[in-house]
Amino acid sequence: MRPTAVKTPPKEVIKDASMLKQKEMMARHYDRLANAHENGEKVASTFVPGNLNELVMCFDLVNNLPEVNAIQSGLRRQSGAYIMEAERSGHSEDVCTYVKSDIGMMAKGNIGPNGKKLPNPDVLLLSYTGCFTFMKWFELLREQYKCPTIFLQTPYMADGKVTPNMIQYMVKQLKEDVIPKLEEVSGVKFDIDRLREYLRKSAKAEDDLVAVLQSAKNKPSPIDAYFGGIYYIGPIFGAFRGTDDAIDYYRFLREEVEERMRKGLGPVTPDGTMKEEKYRLVVEGPPNYTNFRQFWKMFYDEGATVVASSYTKVGGTYDFGFRHDPDRPLETLAEYCLGVYTNRSLPMRIDMLVNYINEYEADGLLINSIKSCNSFSAGQLLIMREVEKRTGKPAAFIESDLVDPRYFSAANIKNRLESYFQMVEQKRSGKGAAA
Amino acid sequence: MTHQTTQEIVARAQDLYEDLHFTAARKWKEAGEGRKVIGYMPVYIPRELIHAAGMLPLGIMGGGDNLEVIHGDAYYQSYICRIPRSTIELGISGRLDFVDGMIFPSICDVIRNLSGMWKMLFPDVYAKYFDVPQTYEDEVGGTFYEGEMKEFLHDLEQIGGRKVTDDDLRNSIEVYNENRRLVRELYALRAEVPWQAPASEAYLIIRAGLVLPVEEHSQMLRDYIAAARAEKRPIKDNAKVVVTGMFCEQPPLNLIKSLELSGCYVVDDDFMLVSRWLIGDVPLEGDPIHNLAQAFLHHSESTAAKYEPDLKEKGQFLVRSVRRTGAEGVIFAAPSFCDPALLDRPMLQNVLKQAGIPFIAFKYAENSGQMQPIREQAGTFVDSIKLWSAA
Ligand code: SF4
Ligand code: SF4
Repeated sequence: MRPTAVKTPPKEVIKDASMLKQKEMMARHYDRLANAHENGEKVASTFVPGNLNELVMCFDLVNNLPEVNAIQSGLRRQSGAYIMEAERSGHSEDVCTYVKSDIGMMAKGNIGPNGKKLPNPDVLLLSYTGCFTFMKWFELLREQYKCPTIFLQTPYMADGKVTPNMIQYMVKQLKEDVIPKLEEVSGVKFDIDRLREYLRKSAKAEDDLVAVLQSAKNKPSPIDAYFGGIYYIGPIFGAFRGTDDAIDYYRFLREEVEERMRKGLGPVTPDGTMKEEKYRLVVEGPPNYTNFRQFWKMFYDEGATVVASSYTKVGGTYDFGFRHDPDRPLETLAEYCLGVYTNRSLPMRIDMLVNYINEYEADGLLINSIKSCNSFSAGQLLIMREVEKRTGKPAAFIESDLVDPRYFSAANIKNRLESYFQMVEQKRSGKGAAA
Repeated sequence: MTHQTTQEIVARAQDLYEDLHFTAARKWKEAGEGRKVIGYMPVYIPRELIHAAGMLPLGIMGGGDNLEVIHGDAYYQSYICRIPRSTIELGISGRLDFVDGMIFPSICDVIRNLSGMWKMLFPDVYAKYFDVPQTYEDEVGGTFYEGEMKEFLHDLEQIGGRKVTDDDLRNSIEVYNENRRLVRELYALRAEVPWQAPASEAYLIIRAGLVLPVEEHSQMLRDYIAAARAEKRPIKDNAKVVVTGMFCEQPPLNLIKSLELSGCYVVDDDFMLVSRWLIGDVPLEGDPIHNLAQAFLHHSESTAAKYEPDLKEKGQFLVRSVRRTGAEGVIFAAPSFCDPALLDRPMLQNVLKQAGIPFIAFKYAENSGQMQPIREQAGTFVDSIKLWSAA
């Protein structure tokens, strides 16, 4: 099917200074990645949740994130063709589209977002945290690249707590398996003080990130914590956590956001500063990337700001107090992996969303259910009802996909959102209690 | 020695299979003061622990095609498999109201999230997500797994109000060793003379093991094996195939029958892996928890829900199964939207291609009604296998 969007001359997208800085960082990273092998650097592919960037850096490895590549393909509208390519080669239409986008991209020459070929990984660091698909994804990549694959299992936080057995298991894996294998692949000896130094830097940036995320408690919120939030988490969820670059970026971002707050300004959108904040929402679930701008516009056109989201916690939940701790380097990595959003039990996820609605004084919850992501999606209908029950605030459910354009129906989503906003209005005026 | 016919034994197993009120398990519970029943989902849990605590492990494989799902659909989007919604249906409709605990093994994100949903929906019932190691070194995955089992055992002691001794555990291991031996004997018999023990019958007999006390089930297996050996049944010109991908959500019984009707002898499968997950006997001497952990790490079946650390080993279990049973092809049958089965499939198919083993693939749901397309596809596959082997 052809996209329904009418062709209009591209409009200048408004970007704030932090976005430009991030753009420059990302471009630099992709260039480093593309030229890694020419420059004698080795590449480790790994995942965003359970991302051990500090450890990866200890071995001078360049961090490559197939999930982020899939997002980039989605934003650039290439993922649709990649997914079809993967399906043609035998992958099921039912499974995670990140995987298929990645595999399709590989089949079509593995061209990265900067137009240059991405290098084959020298090692797959399979950090198995919060999503079953990770395991199969890297088994699939291993079949192609035939490179060493290092496995790190994060037990699931099913009972809402971290037990000593879980920590010991993870630390043992790190000590006895992950670190020795990374030494072998990289030829670099592990230096725990180097790790500590990176962890110290991580914590610094994490402080500033939390300040940025929590600025949304302000009215109006100076940020959008979902659409904008996705940009804010970019460096820290990716290859920059533990670097000076990340420290600079988050300090800079924080200053920028605090400045907006002082001026009483709303979030920056691609069409400029949002005018009036009419609705404050909490969003659960990943966004759609193939129509990201269009999706976002449906919110800001209506004056809806997302004040908190769960998706921006997939690479770490810092706002509930966790910080990387240089004094307990391996344990802290374990705790980090254990705490990522998708590794939390359903009751924990519900608590978190309820807490956001209350703390951020939101009007309600919106769930974007992703067709191909069981980790997020299985159970969301119960989450919705439970959050509604516990907060007394209305919730709504929309469906799309991360990077598969076939599952983005703009008209349906727009309708849903419009009736949702009406519901919020009714609730406010005390009429629609049963809505 | 009983003298039941296969028909009689299968009829009893079929009754158990169709009984979505789990009357047999209810009766077992009522027959003794303080008896407890612990439900579990696919693929594997160490049932020995539950047995040793004096409780009945009850396998819940969803609702199948006989259950009308009324409430369950309100909990799941259309793009999620069927088994969690029909299991919720079983719970909400009161069919599991006698169950004292539910165990959700670590198989995929759907079952994992269901464990949390169960806690919310049935707050008064013990619900546990049972994590297993995906790393297989003794000191690492082994230690973790022993810890998880001890935690589980501790919970069972709380529920049952009594300590479980090592001897209790050894006794249970022995009882399950015996059951696994018989299950394997049945599989071997079916591979050898599939017309004597058809897959649809073997399925029901194994399935009965999920709801019966293990001792009773072992007797059923003995009876069936003896009866199947003794009877003379007609040999058909069928092709031997291995079926894979059915380890969690179950196909309707009709699907297995349809495969047989279309000319397949199903000589190996991955149905109800819990009944033969551990390969060979678990030793009785020494620390029983350690022994169970060792068996899990080093002598257990392969499936998509498990990480395969060795690239060279990936999918070889399927090739070995084909060689062992003399099968001529493989049928990939996976539940719709089943991540583990469907993500694994291309890798397994590549392994089969390299080994020159033909295969076909289709999807099903536990409530699939239309068997015609599957029958046609399987029939064509059988024809092509025969042509191929005649050429
Ligand atoms: S979390 Fe969801 S989107 Fe990410 S890899 Fe897993 S299934 Fe795919
Ligand atoms: S059928 Fe597949 S996806 Fe569904 S619960 Fe079972 S293993 Fe998970």
